[in-house]
Formats: sequence, C-alpha cells, structure tokens
Amino acid sequence: MSEVKYSKEHEWIKLDGDVATIGITKHATEMLGDIVFAELPEKGSSVEKDGTAGVVESTKAASDVYTPVSGEVVDTNQAIVDDPSKINQDPEDSAWFFKLKIKDPSEMDTLMNKDDYDKFAKETSA
Amino acid sequence: METKKTSLYQLHQDCNAKFVEFAGYQMPIQYSEGIVEEHKFTRNHSGIFDVSHMGQLFIYGGEDLIKDLEKIFPLDLKNLKLNHSKYSFLMDKDAGIHDDLIITKTNEGFLIILNAACKDNDFKILKELLEEKYRMVLDENRSLIAIQGPKSSEILNDVINGVKDLNFMSGNWFTFENQKVYITRSGYTGEDGFEISIANDFVDKLTRELINKGSKLIGLGARDTLRLEAGLCLYGHDLDKDKTPVEANLKWAISKERISKGDFIGSDIIIKQLNDGVSKIRVGIKPEGRIIAREKTKIFNQSDDHIGEITSGTFGPSVNGPVAMGYVENEFSKKDTKVFLEVRGKKHPASICSLPFYKKSYVKGVN
Repeated sequence: MSEVKYSKEHEWIKLDGDVATIGITKHATEMLGDIVFAELPEKGSSVEKDGTAGVVESTKAASDVYTPVSGEVVDTNQAIVDDPSKINQDPEDSAWFFKLKIKDPSEMDTLMNKDDYDKFAKETSA
Repeated sequence: METKKTSLYQLHQDCNAKFVEFAGYQMPIQYSEGIVEEHKFTRNHSGIFDVSHMGQLFIYGGEDLIKDLEKIFPLDLKNLKLNHSKYSFLMDKDAGIHDDLIITKTNEGFLIILNAACKDNDFKILKELLEEKYRMVLDENRSLIAIQGPKSSEILNDVINGVKDLNFMSGNWFTFENQKVYITRSGYTGEDGFEISIANDFVDKLTRELINKGSKLIGLGARDTLRLEAGLCLYGHDLDKDKTPVEANLKWAISKERISKGDFIGSDIIIKQLNDGVSKIRVGIKPEGRIIAREKTKIFNQSDDHIGEITSGTFGPSVNGPVAMGYVENEFSKKDTKVFLEVRGKKHPASICSLPFYKKSYVKGVN
C-alpha cells in the first residue's frame, strides 16, 4: 500500500493496487465545523480529476467535495450518509467517502505528501 | 468602516471563539465545542449569547409618547402594563417590514430592542416620525446578553436574586454590583430565558459569574439553528421591506383593538390583507430525508410550477434533521401539502408543516 497523498482541496487519497480510497482531511472538518449532511457520487459513475464528486454540509454552509484523481467509482461509504457526524469523528480513516478504480496512476504524482500538506493547510488557514 | 467589538470580545477570545463579521461587529459564530453541541447545551442546560450588537433604544416620555408610538406600531400601548413587552414591527405605509423588534414599557417611557443591521436606520425613521419631540437614546454604553435554556432561571437567580419571579414577556430593573440592570424574561431560542441590559463595564464580570454557575457562551451559529427550530423569523431573511406582517404569518402580533381603528402606518394594507387574504404566506417546510434546503432554494408544487422560495434553512440539531421556512403561494400553504425543493439541480420532496419544529413551553407564571 502506498503512502497517503493530499490535495489542495483538502482531500486525502490512499492507493491500494489500482483502487484509491478518498476522504476529506481532519483540517477540512475543523474548518467546516459540525458536518450534518453528506452526498456521495454514484457507484459506477466516472469522475474526472479535480471535478465535483460529492457534497458536505455543516450547519452553516454547503461545500463541494472534489476528487484528486480520475477514475470509476467502485464503492461509496453509506455509513457517513446515514450519520454524517462520523466524518468529524474519524475523517481520515473509517469516514472515507468513496473508492475509485483509478485511470492514470501518474495523477498521484501531482499531489502533496503529509508534510507538504500540513504546511499548506497551516499557511492557507492563517 | 472599522469593525466594532463588543465589551465581551476578550471573553470570547478566552473561550476560543471563531469570529465572523456581522452587521459591522466582530461576533462569535461558535466556540470550540461547535454549533451542534452549543445548540444542545442550550436546550438541555443554559447558554449565554452576546447580543450587544443589537440596538437598545430608550425613548423617554409619557401619555403623548404613547399616542405617537401608537401611530407607528400596531400595538395597544395604552393598555400595555408597566414593564411588559410586545413583539412588533416598524412598517412603511405599504406595511413592508423595516425591522422587527421587542418594545417594553418602562417607568420612563419605552425600551425598544432593534436588529443590529437596522438600528441606525430605525433610529432615523423613528426620530423623524416622532418629530424630535422626545429624548431618544440608542445606547452604546450598555451591553445586551441573553441567557437561555431550562437551567437559566436558577443560574441567573443565583447571581441576581428575584429574576425567577418574572413572567414571560415582562421585565424589571435589578441591581448587579450596584449597577442598574434591566432584565426581561424573553428570548430567541424557544427556551425559557432572559435578556439582560447592563453597562458595558460590568457585562464581562456578570457573564463570567454566569459561566462559573454552569452556563456557557453560545455563538451566533447555534442562535440561528435554535431560532429556526423555534419557528422564529430572522430579519433580512424571513422578513424584509417586500413582506408584510400578514404575509409573514405574524398577524397574532397585531392588536385587534388597533385594527378596528386602523390608524397606524401601514394599516390600510394590513386591513385589506386581513379581509381579502394574501397571495404568498410564510410557512414551515420539512424536507424528507436529510437534504438541507437553504435560503433562496426554489419551491415547486406537484405540477412542477414554481410556487415560492425558502428564506431560512439549516440542520436542526434537536429535530435531528433539516428544517426550513419560506414563502409559498397561499393555495399551497396548507399543512401536509407536498412540495419539491430544488437543491443542486435536483428536486427533493418536502412538506408544508406547522411551526415551531421544536416546542417547549415558555414559563408563563410561577405562582
């Protein structure tokens, strides 16, 4: 299993073979506040790198969720739709959003590693 | 223009508030626990809200002032008892709402609590309407806090003895640290509670004492979810100049006595609408499922005709689901009418419902 990578839109992605698991970062959940609604892409649909692939809403506002790489949606996490508060509780593990069969592994190279993301998150929220 | 800070700014910072700019003030939107926890804490225990950005307008006068204010507000102020409060509106001649407010009769005249974004304009309008006959003070030297929730009466009474004997929508002068504070039993959450007008220099001390007794500061985020669950309107969203009190379904707040005379600003339109009905009216809207329909969401009927718009919508933590209110064409305003809400290009089913979404009884009297 490869290392976890991060996007500028505050998604994390973990690649296992050609299937990537994608969710939103802890930093994202802290900025959003209490998440009370989640909408996920449809299984079987294709998503393009940096395109919309879901929605999360806090009590305050709605925010789009983007996919950091292109691919076909092979699985979605119904548990976070049923109880969106799980996203605040465990955003970078059990509260993953969707799994993709990725189209182009080289897209992973455009993403940040943990250190770079932490720095990016700190700078953009300051 | 520079953003103003309330006298509780330091305390908000000490409590890790996240700030937003609201009506020219730096106000706390939430603290570290977040909107959902703050909301629930208010419903179950007691929450303190800094609402010092709101206007506290004191107008001094006697019988003449009552007569002049009755030309402006659709209230029976002559028969309003001393220290009793009424919800009302400042209307134009077309009955469009320029602000909603709480007016209380005091021993020196009236105290009117105004929305922060409207207060300066309200002051100008009222000064003109009252022809500068009375002393009017939009008091910047006083802060306003609300303490709301089932434990609030006990907590506040521990600090300021006697407040627990106040009845709902009435008030009185009390003392704290030898300072005169005006306290009313009222609020904006659907819970029992109080609003406290106190000199700026003493509000920090009072608030810290209330926190020591078990209450907590609550941000404007939870204030919004609480008021929406309680079915209460927010000016600038659910009410504005293009809506009348009859359309806003607030005719309960208009004195019947005054309607029969019809001699206040906007009365022609109010009377006409009461007799002939209105084309649009404010209703509660409950989306099915979890989809949140926010302000400006379009409402459709079952034949796919556009019949109205959401004016406030969020997730209600106590209801544990989405809640909304908005205006629909009158014929679709009956409870349980099926409607559709267009969110992100898709139409989602919802139904018209009665307000409030969350009901708890206000304390009417203690004896």
